Amino acid sequence: MTAQETAALRPEVRDVTAAPLVSAPFATAMVEIGHERADVVVVSADLSKYTDVAPFARAFPDRFFQVGMAEQNMMGIAGGLAKTGFTPVAVTYAVFATRRAGEQVQMALATGSRTAVVAAFLPGLTTPFRATHQATDDLAIMRAVPGMTVIDPMDATELAGAIRAAVSAGGPVYLRAQRGDVPELIVPPADFEIGRCVLLRDGGDAGLIGTGLGSQWALEAAELLAGRGIQAAVLHVPTLKPLDAEAIAGFAARFPAVTTVENHSVIGALGSAVCEAVAGTGLPCRVIRRGVPDRWAPAGPLDYLRRSLGLDAGSLAETVTESTGGR
Amino acid sequence: MADPDLAEVATRIRRRVLDMCAGRGQGYAGQGLALADVLAHLYFRVMRRRPDGSYLDRFVLSTGHSAIGLFATLGEAGLYQQEELHTYGQAGSRIEESPLEGTPGFEITAGSLGQGLSQAVGMALGERLRGSGARVYCLLSDGELQEGQVWEAAMSASHHRLGNLTALIDNNNMQADGVTAEIMSVEPVVERFTAFGFETQRIDGHDHDALRRALPSAALPSAALPPEPAQDRPPEPAQDRPRAIVLQTVPGRGVPEFERHHKVHYLRLEQSAWAEAIAALG
Repeated sequence: MTAQETAALRPEVRDVTAAPLVSAPFATAMVEIGHERADVVVVSADLSKYTDVAPFARAFPDRFFQVGMAEQNMMGIAGGLAKTGFTPVAVTYAVFATRRAGEQVQMALATGSRTAVVAAFLPGLTTPFRATHQATDDLAIMRAVPGMTVIDPMDATELAGAIRAAVSAGGPVYLRAQRGDVPELIVPPADFEIGRCVLLRDGGDAGLIGTGLGSQWALEAAELLAGRGIQAAVLHVPTLKPLDAEAIAGFAARFPAVTTVENHSVIGALGSAVCEAVAGTGLPCRVIRRGVPDRWAPAGPLDYLRRSLGLDAGSLAETVTESTGGR
Repeated sequence: MADPDLAEVATRIRRRVLDMCAGRGQGYAGQGLALADVLAHLYFRVMRRRPDGSYLDRFVLSTGHSAIGLFATLGEAGLYQQEELHTYGQAGSRIEESPLEGTPGFEITAGSLGQGLSQAVGMALGERLRGSGARVYCLLSDGELQEGQVWEAAMSASHHRLGNLTALIDNNNMQADGVTAEIMSVEPVVERFTAFGFETQRIDGHDHDALRRALPSAALPSAALPPEPAQDRPPEPAQDRPRAIVLQTVPGRGVPEFERHHKVHYLRLEQSAWAEAIAALG
């Protein structure tokens, strides 16, 4: 095992097809954090019930600020709270945080050095609506912001760990978050470390690299491939920035090709980051990017969208099989 | 303790503004000169200082381009030396035309207009939650009121009953493309802020008596203020309502030549003209 590979965490991971569901892990974590940290406050733009912060609002009414349907103002208010010594967690949907309020996130939360968290719900394709609600560009936007930490957790365990890490990050954090019932793939307790990759599954025949829900999808593909005698390794990259480029390059060095899988446009997020990590290393490794192609995605339930966009387990397994020379 | 002669303080701030522009021959002189009076009142009378000299109350400059006025005021307060202020806008200088958060004395990054009042609302909420008693003053410009976020912030200020927040609107009728009233009128600005739940008044932003009445010092009980004619007395602000003060200002105030001929967003002049302007201040 190389030095780079040892950089990746190796938590205990459940079978992707048999993961239990955890109810509202973000809500639970926020209430726990609220009890531990009197400086943590939540700012919400009318979507409290849909961003799992209503329990925090009930538990800590003095530290919950409702600003109505006004995301730009919300980010500014969060910035003001940060400057008076509080640690704000601003919650809304990812599209509103990064499109409508993208400039306010940058100017009010990211030009200074204070900790501020944007918790962004409905990541990627996890909404039945189309362009208005599908955040397929948010990670690309936030990754380009100087000093911004960008996290796309994979499951309930990671989401709970990531919000804990985020409120102590020492700078601005963009955290993708899932609401409601969230699968628990990583067996808790598992520490979340900003910037660390996670080796979810090992195998010597093919390499998959995922982030967020894409890592679940990569695990599903790896399971299918195993049934066909192809042992695929899955590297999970929850922190897109700062990027653990060494761990990624170390992983890529093991394979002639790696396939990236993400719940986001193929432009600007995980696929791009892996290309950047591999380029210049001299590695003879092809990077095959799978995610939302450069077009507006259709509407529908997630399994339909995945099939439409080639992100279902079967399509991904096919891609990986081809990358191994059709073995 | 008697207040310093704030008219004289304002003149010294204006002198600093002009000296800053003279360094490179250009700058936002009109705004700096226009704001000297209100900034003199805020920093030398209204905002309370802790025993260590730091300010308890907060000033949020939303109009980033008006940084020159704040730099000059902070220079007058001893935070910056004039030699450094003279490097205003020059490559490598921290005396930037539109500085970022973290520059001493600047609470927020404000060069993209329309964002300051939201952050001031956040600070007012934070100070109230901390129980610090601090007040927050936010300076906006009239042109900036064209940004929708200002009104989101105004709505939230009154909704959250922020009696510790005061918005100051530099109503100079000037913006990048010309006269505000012609580009996109923001009037009736008093009625608009009133409708958004603010205790609002309009004053001459260069009238020191009016500034004194509109911006009472928090350190002094109202009974200690000089007697005023009843008709000029503003209504007592309710404890839980934010306040807005519309300052009628004249770009280039204090330099007659500028007041007459240079009501522009940005000023470039020969060195001799800056020297003449300084001389004209008296």
